[in-house]
Amino acid sequence: MRAAMNTKRNLVTAALIAPAAAWLFVFLVLPFIAMLVFAFGERAPEGGYQAAFTFAQFANLPARATAFWNTLLLAPAGALLCLVVAYPTAYYLAVKANPRYRLMLVSLVVVPFWTSLLVRTYAWMYILGSRGIPNLLALIGIEDVRLLNTPGAVLLGIVYGYLPLMIMPIYVSLEMLDRRLLEASADLGAKPVSTFFGVTLPLSLPGVMTGVALVTILLLGEYLIPQLLGGGKVFFIGNALVDLFLQSRNWPFGSAIAVTLVAVVVVVLMVAMRIAWKVAGTRQVDLV
Amino acid sequence: MTKWYRENAPITADRLAEELMRLKRGSVTRRHFLGVTGLGLATAVLARQPALFNSTAFAEDLGTQMSIATWPNYHDPATFEAFKAATGVAVEVNVFGSNEEMLAKLQAGGTGWDLFVPTNYTISTYAKLGLIDELDLSKLPNYDPSAENPRFANEGTIDGKTYAVPKNWGTTGIAVNSDKIKKPVTSWKDFFEVAMTEADGRAMVHDYQLTTIGNALVSLGYSFNSIKPDELAKAEEVLIKVKPHLYAINSDYQPAMRATDAWMTMCWTNDGAQLNRDMPEIQFVLGKDGGEIWSDFYAIPKSAANKPAGYALLNYLMTPENAVKEHIANGAPTTDSRVLKLLSAEVTSNKIVYPEEAALTPLEFGAAVTLTDPGRAELMARFKAA
Repeated sequence: MRAAMNTKRNLVTAALIAPAAAWLFVFLVLPFIAMLVFAFGERAPEGGYQAAFTFAQFANLPARATAFWNTLLLAPAGALLCLVVAYPTAYYLAVKANPRYRLMLVSLVVVPFWTSLLVRTYAWMYILGSRGIPNLLALIGIEDVRLLNTPGAVLLGIVYGYLPLMIMPIYVSLEMLDRRLLEASADLGAKPVSTFFGVTLPLSLPGVMTGVALVTILLLGEYLIPQLLGGGKVFFIGNALVDLFLQSRNWPFGSAIAVTLVAVVVVVLMVAMRIAWKVAGTRQVDLV
Repeated sequence: MTKWYRENAPITADRLAEELMRLKRGSVTRRHFLGVTGLGLATAVLARQPALFNSTAFAEDLGTQMSIATWPNYHDPATFEAFKAATGVAVEVNVFGSNEEMLAKLQAGGTGWDLFVPTNYTISTYAKLGLIDELDLSKLPNYDPSAENPRFANEGTIDGKTYAVPKNWGTTGIAVNSDKIKKPVTSWKDFFEVAMTEADGRAMVHDYQLTTIGNALVSLGYSFNSIKPDELAKAEEVLIKVKPHLYAINSDYQPAMRATDAWMTMCWTNDGAQLNRDMPEIQFVLGKDGGEIWSDFYAIPKSAANKPAGYALLNYLMTPENAVKEHIANGAPTTDSRVLKLLSAEVTSNKIVYPEEAALTPLEFGAAVTLTDPGRAELMARFKAA
C-alpha cells in the first residue's frame, strides 16, 4: 500500500518536473555543452568555429583581463549601492507603511517592470543629455554640466534598473519578521536603534543576501546600461562577448570567456548562499 | 516600434513615410544599437493588409511572405507597401548595425532572409564561404549593368560572375558643428587633434573597427586598410591617446549630434545629408588625407527560403522609378545613371551627397581582409577596454 503510494507520488513529481526539466535541458544544458565544445576549438579563418582541441582560447583570457576586472568591480559595487538605496525603501514598505496602502505601494515598485528596461534606459539618455537636467541647470546659471556618458550615469542607470530586484527580497524578509520579537526587544529596554541593529537587520539578512546575489549575478552579464549611459567607453565582459560573437566572430574565444563567466557566477552564488544560510541559521538559534 | 505602428494603423503610405522620418529624427532609430543588442531582429512587418490585387506578371509562385536584412532608414517604407500591393508578398524588414553582424548571422544559419544589403568589401567573403550564389540575371530584367558606375559595381562581380548588384554608394567623412568648433576640420589628422582640444569631450568615433581604426591609420598617412602590425600599433597609440577626450564610442551619432551633446563625429554620407538638412550648422567634410568610400549591394543568401520573392523584390528595386524614391528617402548617392537622370537638380547638386570628384580621389574602398583580420579585432577590443 505504502509502496504504491510512493510510486504514485514519484510519478506525480516526475510529471510536475518534466516540462521544466525538458525546457532546461534543451535551452540550457545543450547550448552549454555546445559552448564548452566551442571553447576548446579554433576560430575559422573567416570567423566562426572550426573543430580542434586546444587550450589556446583559455590561455588567451588575459587579453580580456580589463573587461573581467571592470565587471568584477562594477557588479558588487552596483549591488551594494542598490542595497543602500533599497533597504530603507523595503523597511518603510514592510514595517512603517500603512497596511491599507501597502499592496499599492509594493506594486508601484514593480510597475516599472511593465516597460522594457531598454526604453527606460533610453529615457535616462534624454534626462541626462544636454537637453535634460543640464539644460535646467543652465537656466539657473550652472553651465556646462555633463552627466551623460560618465561613470556616474552608468551607476545611476544600474541602481535605477535593478532597484526593484533588491527591494523585493528584503521586503519579503522584513514582512515575515515576527513583530513580537521587536516588542520583546523594546520590553527588555532596547532603544529603537539597537532593536534595529540587534533584531531587525540580522533577521532580514537572508533577504539582503538574496538581493545582493541576484543583482550581482545579473550585473556580471550587464551590457546595455554601460553601453547606453556610458557612451561605450567602458568595456565590460558583456561588451567583450558581443564584440567577439557579432563583430570579430571569434566564437571559440567568446565561448571560453562565457564559460569562465559562468564559472565565476557559480562561485559567487555558492559563496553568497553559504553565507546567507549560515547567517540565517545562527541568528535563529540565537533568538529562539 | 511595433506598438507605435499598430496605434497608427490605418495609415497612408505618405503619412507612414513621414512618420518614419519623424521617428528617425526623434532619435528612436539606432543604427549601431539595433544591431548590437539584437533588437535588429525585432522586426517590423510592413504591408499587413491583404493584397488588393495580385499581379499576374510573375510566372513563379512568390508566396505571401519574404524577409530582407538591411540598414536602418535605408528604404522608403512606401516601396514595400507598393511591392505588396503589386505582388501580394509582404516584406519583413530586419535592421542591422554592422556587416560583421550580418555575416555572423548568415554563418550561424537559419536567418530566413531572401534578400540582404552587404557592403562592397564583404562580398568576396560571402562568396568564398558559399553563403551567396551567383545571381540569375535573367530574373532581373530591370537591372542594367551598362547603366551602373563600374567603380561602385565591380566588387559585386567575382571571376565574371555577378553575386550582388549595387544599391547606392557613399563615403565616411566628418560631421562638424560649425557653431561650436571654429577651427577648420579638413582631414582625419585635424579630427583627432580637434577631438583633444576644441572638441574635448564632444567628439565621437564609430564602434566599428573598419572606420575607427581605418581613419586613425589615415591620420598618420597610412592606408585605411592597413593590417601591418607596426602601422596598427601607431594607430592604436592615436586611439588610446584620444580616448579620454571622446564623448562616446558609438555608431549611433545622430541623436548626440542633434542634441549638441556631441560636436563632431565620424559620419556616413546619408547621415551627414540628413543632419545638414535639419541643422545647417552641421557640416559634412571628407578627409583630404583619405578615408572610406563604399557601395552597398543587394545579394540573395544561398539559404533563402523564398528566392522567387527575393528576385522579384530585387527586380522591383532595380526599376529606376522605384529606386529613385529609395534614394530620396535615404539620402545616399545612386550608382545607376538611369536613376541619376530622374533625380532633381536639388538632389544632385547637394555636395554632401554628390561631392566633387577630386574630393573622392584620396578615399579608399574597404578591403576584405579587414573583415577577418584578428589584429584589427584585438586592437579594437584594447581601445574599448583602455
